[in-house]
Amino acid sequence: MSDKPKVAVHKFSSCDGCQLAFLNLGEDLLRLSELVDIVHFAEAGAVAPDAAADIAFVEGSVATPEDLERIEAVRANSRYLITIGACATAGGLQALRNLADAPAWTADIYATPAFISSLDQSTPIAAHVKVDLELWGCPVNSRQVLAAVRALLYGVPPVEENDKVCLECKRRQGVCVLVAKGEPCMGPVTRTGCGALCPRFGRDCYGCYGPAEQANTSALARRFTGLGLAPEAVARRFLFINSAAPTFHDEGVKWREGGGT
Amino acid sequence: MSERRSVSIRVPVLARVEGEGALELDVEGGRISELKLRIYEPPRFFEKFLEGRGFEEVPDTVARICGICPVAYQMSAVHAIEAVFGIDAGPWVRAMRRVMYCGEWLQSHSLHIHLLAAPDFLGFDSVVGMAGEHAEAVRRGLELQGLGNDLIRLFGGRSVHPVGVCVGGFHRAPDAEQVRDLVARLRAALPQAEALVEWAAGLPLPEDEQDFVSVALRHREEYPMNEGRLVSSDGLDCSIADYERHFAEEQVAHSTALHSSLHGRPYLVGPLARLNLNHDRLPDAVRSTMERCGLRLPSRNMFHSVVARAVEVHLAVYEALRLLERYVPPDQPFVDVTPHPGVGYGCTEAPRGLLWHRYELDAAGQVRAARIVPPTSQNQARIEQDLRVSLEAFGLEHDDDALRLRGETVIRNYDPCISCATHFLRITVNRP
Repeated sequence: MSDKPKVAVHKFSSCDGCQLAFLNLGEDLLRLSELVDIVHFAEAGAVAPDAAADIAFVEGSVATPEDLERIEAVRANSRYLITIGACATAGGLQALRNLADAPAWTADIYATPAFISSLDQSTPIAAHVKVDLELWGCPVNSRQVLAAVRALLYGVPPVEENDKVCLECKRRQGVCVLVAKGEPCMGPVTRTGCGALCPRFGRDCYGCYGPAEQANTSALARRFTGLGLAPEAVARRFLFINSAAPTFHDEGVKWREGGGT
Repeated sequence: MSERRSVSIRVPVLARVEGEGALELDVEGGRISELKLRIYEPPRFFEKFLEGRGFEEVPDTVARICGICPVAYQMSAVHAIEAVFGIDAGPWVRAMRRVMYCGEWLQSHSLHIHLLAAPDFLGFDSVVGMAGEHAEAVRRGLELQGLGNDLIRLFGGRSVHPVGVCVGGFHRAPDAEQVRDLVARLRAALPQAEALVEWAAGLPLPEDEQDFVSVALRHREEYPMNEGRLVSSDGLDCSIADYERHFAEEQVAHSTALHSSLHGRPYLVGPLARLNLNHDRLPDAVRSTMERCGLRLPSRNMFHSVVARAVEVHLAVYEALRLLERYVPPDQPFVDVTPHPGVGYGCTEAPRGLLWHRYELDAAGQVRAARIVPPTSQNQARIEQDLRVSLEAFGLEHDDDALRLRGETVIRNYDPCISCATHFLRITVNRP
């Protein structure tokens, strides 16, 4: 075997979109495979889920009893564990079920619920094991994952982006959709990394990169009511892609229960 | 050599498929006694998440069902919602939606052909292994995949969960300069796509003729993407609104995805089904390349799916170029939308086949009920049927490794998307 660093990509409950940050690399994927040994990445063809790895990327949330055992094993086999995307980092869109009665849903929908192995909650990886680095985004992009690999290969801590979408939008000279169009933009409270895509497309940010540092969610929520949003609609802005991230969760639940105003 | 030996094959993690699936195969007395494509990816409850959401939140929600085909989910959703509201988004939006969809076919098919399927036929574990001996083909494939991603970015800012699609059209129109760049790249890609069709047709594919029913959309003029009637190779021809009268889904113990049937029988959706039913709708240039490469349609060899994907890559490049060559920025990239209560249906051709949506909206445009039927759950029963037939035809006397590889090859040939299949579906048929 070579002495190249070993990289694994593990999937839990997810849409596979964050793995595409690797699979969409084009020829850089071949270059990456020269720099590191990809020991486990089922979608790309390497299957060795129990292999030891220097860097383990984890996509997806913990959603089944088997997932609980699997994530413990991944942690034990990995030097650095990096979560990629909203599911792994904050439970993902499917964490919306945490706010509802999931067993009742399963019974409502599957004819034989006993066949369905599913936990009541969809939880982020860090709720179960130590995570060394969290890459936010739904989805993460190739720049984020390659920057993390590069930093670790050079032996320096990866830079964490926790600036706000709003500031990046300003730097890129976007026209503010909240001020100019009255759109309920989540940019002022959302972590950047996307390139302020939504406002630059003339639409409201919907918070897919999760909460920024020191996000003033309550001021923004009140601003949304000033735009004409009902409390339930304000709640939905926060309870969406990253509904289990504490900052968004708390603000959203407050409005959903009528306590925002 | 004992034909009577017992075989028990377990492939706990299927490689080179999207999502989490497993294969279980038991052979007793020279016959397959048990065969399961086990899907254990947990359900994700999407239809429930949609209830109570505003119509404008639907495209960003359903995209999350699948990272590889988010555009398909957005397209089926916006067409269904516009049907509820009685909106026609007009010719500019219609053309640009087709271009964006071409981007997704290009991206998804190129990924599947080169990274997931071809290593099987050429004897490698992965594209990385294949890249040495087949450098030119791999480079071409990755470039076509990249071009598809850039077409999606043109309309959506990013290729996974793009942000540009809305009910009524697009949030923003591409500017003419970006379009000019892509037109130049599409023009350069056209001969590459033709070369891909030749290459795919020349792959050492197994011969495996089978009887199966193809199902796809059919449009009166075009090769189908966003519109059409539901047709099958055994005579079905119905409106997408009548889907539930002909198709049923049921739960089986070994899968969190449901199995679909048409009039009680398995059926095929996806590139080969589309091509079998719509080859007369291909533009002349695409059809003549295909015919030169010797593909005769309709085909009963399931392994022609990889060639069908290549033909559709060619079609996607051709169509995107045709539509963007005459690009004119619109005054407004969407039509205005007024909510209206009712029920609407949307059915489009995702890269992997039919993607059917139904929404019931209230007067404010909030979702009261949603139902989504993705391609992979429709193909699941067909995959199991194929596995039985092709493994027995292949010969159960082969050793375990050979049987396992052939089984995996059969499954991968369908490009199953397991995340889609387990987005969570509504039961319409109960098992006793």
